[in-house]
Amino acid sequence: MRYEAPETLEAAIALLRSEPGEARVLAGGTDLLVQLKTDLIEPQLVVDIKKIRELREVRREAGGYRIGAAVTGAELKEHPELKAVWPGVIEAANLIGSTQIQGRATLGGNLCNGSPAADSVPALIAAGATVTVAGPNGRRDVPVEDIVLGPRKLSIAKDEIVVSFLLPPQPPRAADAYLRFIPRTEMDIAVVGAGVNLTLGEDGRVTAARVGLGAVAARPLLVPAAAEALIGSVLEDAALAKFEEAVRAACQPIDDKRGTREFRIKVAGVMARRAALRAYERARSR
Amino acid sequence: MAKHHIAFTVNGDPVEALCETEETLLDVLRNGLGLTGTKEGCGTGDCGACSVILDGRLVCSCLVLGVEVNGKSIETIEGMARGDELHPLQRKFLEHAALQCGICTPGFLVAAKALLDRNPNPTETEVRYWLAGNLCRCTGYDKIVRAVMDAAAEMRRA
Repeated sequence: MRYEAPETLEAAIALLRSEPGEARVLAGGTDLLVQLKTDLIEPQLVVDIKKIRELREVRREAGGYRIGAAVTGAELKEHPELKAVWPGVIEAANLIGSTQIQGRATLGGNLCNGSPAADSVPALIAAGATVTVAGPNGRRDVPVEDIVLGPRKLSIAKDEIVVSFLLPPQPPRAADAYLRFIPRTEMDIAVVGAGVNLTLGEDGRVTAARVGLGAVAARPLLVPAAAEALIGSVLEDAALAKFEEAVRAACQPIDDKRGTREFRIKVAGVMARRAALRAYERARSR
Repeated sequence: MAKHHIAFTVNGDPVEALCETEETLLDVLRNGLGLTGTKEGCGTGDCGACSVILDGRLVCSCLVLGVEVNGKSIETIEGMARGDELHPLQRKFLEHAALQCGICTPGFLVAAKALLDRNPNPTETEVRYWLAGNLCRCTGYDKIVRAVMDAAAEMRRA
C-alpha cells in the first residue's frame, strides 16, 4: 500500500486517476483505518487529503458557510459562529463517536463512508447543503442527498474528491435540529436519525421546511412530503400528525440487531416530530 | 515498498522512526520507539486505551497511520509525570483507587489531561461525556470520575 499526501487538489485527483488498482481517500481515518485493519478493503493507494488547505477551512461564502471536507468535528464545535447558526448540523456532527473520534472524524468522511446511518448526513440534507466535488474535468455541485446511493455506494467516481459543503444562508426566523435514537446516551450508531430545518413567517407559520432521515432506508433520505405537511402550520397537532405519517411512509428500514423494521418506522416519526418541535422553538426565538 | 522515514516529537523530544504504510501511530510508539505505556485494546477506536494527544487533539493512536504524524507533536502517558513526581491526575487515580487491572488507565489519564488542559473546571457530566470513549471493565467509572474531579479541584487551587 502506497501513501501520498499531496498539497493540491489537482495532485490528489491525478494520483487517484493514475492508480490502476484500488485507491482510497484518507481524511480523518476513523472509518478507513478500521476497514483496513479488518481487511474489508485492501487498497494499493491511500491519498491523505489533510494537507490540502481548501479542505481544512471553514469560511463565509454567499451569506452561508463553506466547510472543508476534512474539517474535524472538534473544529466545527469550536467554530465561533457555526453552532449558533446551524445548531442541528453541529449537533449531528458532534454525535459521531467519542472525543477521540471527534478529534479526527470529518464531514467528508462521514458522507463518503456511505453509511445509511451516518449522523451528519440527514442534518446536512435538512440544511440544504450542497457538496462540491472535484475531478479531472473540474468541479460540480451536488445536493448532499444525491451523494449516497446505498450502503457504501456513492455517486462519486473513483477519481473524484469531495472538497467542501456549502451551507446556504439561514433566513431570519429559521433554525435546524437533529435527533437520533440510540439505546444509550453516547457512542453508538443511529437506529433512527432525523434532521429538520424550518423557516417561519412573521406570524410564526412555517414558510419553508426540509426533512432528512437516516438509518431508515438504504440511503439517507430527503422527505419532501413530510416537509410539505408542516408548511403553513404552527406545528399544531393535526399538522404534526400528517408530518409523522409522511415520515413513516418514507421509511423502508431493515431489521437488524439495532432495531426491528416496525420499531424503526415508529421511532422515525417520534424523532422527526421532536426534531421539528426543537427546530420550531429555535426558529421562533430568533 | 521502502519503509517511510518519519520525524516527529514525543513529549517534546524529537524522535525518528521507520514504518510501513499500514502501521499505525500506536504500532510506531510501542514497537518502533518502545513506548509501551500507550495500550492497545480494541484497535478499532472503540475503547480509548491507545489515547494520545496529537497536535493538541485527543485521538486514538490506533486510528492514525504512523506516516501521518511526520512533523507532528505527540503527547503520551510517558510525558505526564515529571521525573518521580506524578501528575496530579496520576496521584488522584491512586488515591481514589481508580484502577484495577490498569490496561485502560494510561488512556484515561491522557484523555483526562486533554480535558483539564481545555477546561480546568469541568462538571461531572462534562467529565463523563468527555471520557465516554474510554472503556473500563473493572471500576464502574465512578472512582475514575471522582479522581478526575478531585485532580481538577487540586489543580485549580495550585
